[in-house]
Amino acid sequence: MPKLTIDGREVEVEAGTTILQAAEVLGIEIPRFCYHERLAIAGNCRMCLVEVEKMPKPVASCAMPVGEGMVVKTTTPTVRKARQGVMEFLLINHPLDCPICDQGGECDLQDQAMAYGADRSRYHEHKRAVVDKDFGPLIKTFMTRCIQCTRCVRFITEVAGVPELGAVGRGEHMEITTYVGKAVSSELSGNLIDLCPVGALTNRPASYTYRAWELKKTESIDTMDALGSAIRIDARGNEVIRVLPRINDDINEEWLSDRSRFACDGLKRQRLDRCYVRRDGRLQPVSWTEALGAVAARLKGVAGSRVAAIAGDQTDCETLTAAKDLMASLGSANLDCRQDGAKLEAGVRASYLFNTTIAGIEQADAVLIVGSNPRKEAAVLNARLRKRWLAGGFKAALVGPQADLAFKHEWLGDSPAVLAEIAAGRHPFFGVLKGAPWPMIILGQGALAREDGAAVLGLARKLAEAAGVVKDGWNGFNVLHTAAARVGGLDLAFVPGQGGRDVAGIVDGAAKGEVEVVFLLGADEVDMKGLGNAFVVYLGSHGDAGAHRADVVLPGAAYTEKSATFVNTEGRVQRTQLAVFPPGEAKEDWKVLRALSDVLGKPLAYDTPRQLRDRMATLNRVFATLDAVSPATWGAFGAEGAVADKPFLPAIDNFYMTDPISRASKTMAECSGAFGPGCGCNHKKTGTHG
Amino acid sequence: MLRDQDRIFTNLYGIHDWRLAGARARGDWDGTKAILERGRDALIEEVKNSGLRGRGGAGFSTGMKWSFMPKQPGPRPHYLVINADEGEPGTCKDREIMRFDPHKLVEGALIASFAIGAHASYIYIRGEFVREAQNLQAAIDEAYAAGLIGKNACGSGWDFDLYVHRGGGAYICGEESALIESLEGKKGQPRLKPPFPAGVGLYGCPTTVNNVESIAVVPSIMRRGAAWFAGLGRPKNSGTKIFCISGHVNKPCNVEEEMGIPLKELIERHAGGVRGGWDNLLAIIPGGCSVPLLPKSVCDTVLMDFDSLRDARSGLGTAAVIVMDKSTDVVRAISRLSRFYMHESCGQCTPCREGTGWMSRMMERMVTGDASIEEIDLLEEVTRQVEGHTICALGDAAAWPIQGLIRTFRPELERRIHARQASKTSAA
Repeated sequence: MPKLTIDGREVEVEAGTTILQAAEVLGIEIPRFCYHERLAIAGNCRMCLVEVEKMPKPVASCAMPVGEGMVVKTTTPTVRKARQGVMEFLLINHPLDCPICDQGGECDLQDQAMAYGADRSRYHEHKRAVVDKDFGPLIKTFMTRCIQCTRCVRFITEVAGVPELGAVGRGEHMEITTYVGKAVSSELSGNLIDLCPVGALTNRPASYTYRAWELKKTESIDTMDALGSAIRIDARGNEVIRVLPRINDDINEEWLSDRSRFACDGLKRQRLDRCYVRRDGRLQPVSWTEALGAVAARLKGVAGSRVAAIAGDQTDCETLTAAKDLMASLGSANLDCRQDGAKLEAGVRASYLFNTTIAGIEQADAVLIVGSNPRKEAAVLNARLRKRWLAGGFKAALVGPQADLAFKHEWLGDSPAVLAEIAAGRHPFFGVLKGAPWPMIILGQGALAREDGAAVLGLARKLAEAAGVVKDGWNGFNVLHTAAARVGGLDLAFVPGQGGRDVAGIVDGAAKGEVEVVFLLGADEVDMKGLGNAFVVYLGSHGDAGAHRADVVLPGAAYTEKSATFVNTEGRVQRTQLAVFPPGEAKEDWKVLRALSDVLGKPLAYDTPRQLRDRMATLNRVFATLDAVSPATWGAFGAEGAVADKPFLPAIDNFYMTDPISRASKTMAECSGAFGPGCGCNHKKTGTHG
Repeated sequence: MLRDQDRIFTNLYGIHDWRLAGARARGDWDGTKAILERGRDALIEEVKNSGLRGRGGAGFSTGMKWSFMPKQPGPRPHYLVINADEGEPGTCKDREIMRFDPHKLVEGALIASFAIGAHASYIYIRGEFVREAQNLQAAIDEAYAAGLIGKNACGSGWDFDLYVHRGGGAYICGEESALIESLEGKKGQPRLKPPFPAGVGLYGCPTTVNNVESIAVVPSIMRRGAAWFAGLGRPKNSGTKIFCISGHVNKPCNVEEEMGIPLKELIERHAGGVRGGWDNLLAIIPGGCSVPLLPKSVCDTVLMDFDSLRDARSGLGTAAVIVMDKSTDVVRAISRLSRFYMHESCGQCTPCREGTGWMSRMMERMVTGDASIEEIDLLEEVTRQVEGHTICALGDAAAWPIQGLIRTFRPELERRIHARQASKTSAA
């Protein structure tokens, strides 16, 4: 470990560390634009110049590895002068539009100009102007502001694995541009906005609507996919303006998928802000008392077995707990949290978790992906897989619909028969898994949400056991969920009880008239037409498919409007925070159920979130600990039996629209149009289109 | 004055046959096998002892550069890359070597590759050099056919392949790491150092990048001995050098001369003297457009080698001597060079990308005097802000000519500004 001196202070760091990193260990901040911890080193902005004894010229500290006995100075007049020079160069062609720039207030260039900039310009020539580029519906470009740090190029090439950006031209005429004028199609493109140190790439949907210092920042958890990425919700008044990622190295590092970031305008549209009751075939606005009374009236005298509840993809654990207890008090065992029909069971926790953990991917050396397209289902997790692949020595194979995963993998076919072959040890990839010290299997919902899902699950377990995927200190068996609510639902055993009906059974029963009352807890992906004449109570945030079918609509809170518990695909219990209040008369969902239980005369045994969370912890011990993953014990699960000769289908056909919030989002609709196929509106554009 | 028997490039003017037969008649490919049999270490030692300094401009010891290559070849192959992207304005020495004496380069490539443990070598030749590339390729083909290179080159047991790669005509691709990037098929932009090419070079493998002239003189050093080469010129500035004399001289020419020849003697003896006589001399750029110009007073006595020109606050560079007589608009000449650097900056790092444009525009105003006196100091300061702060040396090269101009011709700059201001006042 080399020892060096920076500004008179000695520090010992690992060999290969750069001067800039070593300075950070000491808490010495070196200004930088192009350097970013998670990207390759470019060394082109020259802002981080420092003086090193015995070196003739100032060196770029971001790129210079430390050496034994190095003496570094970061505060000398030479250094200051060099940085002032670089700053002046950056500013001569940078427009003076800070007052109208969305980056203003959180701009690296602005901040560092305070430290190293002059109070007036000495540049009397014409400034350069650069034509703006079309990066698509998410990113607004002001290329004149660009300082050519190439962070965006490096991110899209390295992390996203979609090399669609590059620099063309030389010298002053160097411009960042997209590949032959196309929009940036990566699911992670929004991160370019965060990475851009100036206002060249800004948030298009939110452009000109806010100033950074007006926003109230709330640290929370994302629920648009099952990863539970750490986010920061920026709100002004009672409006969510934007969603940004927070650093969480265990989950999302510092990236966020475009849906999680940009669907937030869906929080303002199609909202249920008051109660409705269907009268004469039309939903009529009513008060809470009337709405709950209508539900109670309908439930009167109905046997428990004729009542059912289905939970949606973004239902929080508090609501699930309250609903489960409410259903129990009504004497119903008809409850299900797997609205997609995935054949997962609540018994063995390891059977439905991403056991390796997301950070654990970096240790793996082989992966078999079954019935999943992680790029669409969990874009941030896919970036982690790609990161692992970039590091080398990583063999990946896919059984399922062909997909561009942004990392090299072998496509083995889309038939479950291939999985059976591998499980039986007759396929070469079995040898790869068996031979790898840290093998992984990722089982997607495309493999489980089918008739024979239980058999596929059983097959995957058999393979995991035979190929040594699960062993002491390593569990390479992973289920990749697409719904934020799923693991929580399974942890709370929000599945049919003794003799209870699952989703298919509930729909079937409703069609036949055997189920009279169906509670939809934010569940919009159920076959609404199949519900027959059942009395449907919809509790949720958006006027989506469920509310249209409902007989009573009870307005609930979206994930930004409550402090609620979610369990991510790894089994990590996390909690969102209230950033804004639910609109109108909407209430936190569990409180609605609590109120309903009162009206029904069967009050639930908790009045406060704390009491409710205690109840959750008694239902399952995992809820006692937040933000941690504990290894789940292995067991027997899945079913024996043949798998159908039906190819695996994609779990998500449109990345940009998977849930009520993103379906209500204008931005997501634009993305669907720009980046189809598979968008809901997949019609061909005509010559007169737009 | 170089004696004829000490001349290395005996076909510099293309009078003789450049093909293999002619080259052999001039002594090329003579006993190459025996040279290789001396072994790697001996060859590197020989080049070190000869005092050969890189002929591409920076003047770094060639033997030293070779010795940075890993001693024991690891799993990664070694490469020799020969920089034939001769783009420095005023320089035209490498093209003459490749046109008229290509076998010197091919043989040198074999010896150098053997010395650094490389089985493959790439010659990155400037795109505009069409005939040169053709002759070079012809020479390589001849050498292959004669068994001089290829499998078991010269019967030495060493396998050696030599490839010609034609560049796209960017000045920056003459910078060694940008050249490597370009050779890999990427945009020609210099890499950060460290790591140096000897550790991580072409395709991430240990690589030595040498100028054409540096490689082409190696066979002669091997045959005639390091002592002979070291005996020419002055200590630490030994050997012969091709000087490219252009501009306001009576007979512009390329000439091979001993290092350390007085500049005045070089011009008077080989180029027929300055147009209108020595006293009509205004200034000379002694080493290609990247080095500061020298006023006549310095030119009277300065010696043409690395150290004496450095002491004169200029540099030998590529030894492209650009002569300007008193008819020259020296400000405009330097302004033109600034425009060249603005055009050729790769745009990767800030000081060069932004600074070259700024400097060029100010220089354009200096030509007409459309500036203020303080702007001369500003211009000087801008050059200091660029110099030494960039990834590669292009920033320095853009700064130095202007620094030289201000140092030497500040009164001329001031005169123009005053004249312009006076004309403005009188017009008003």
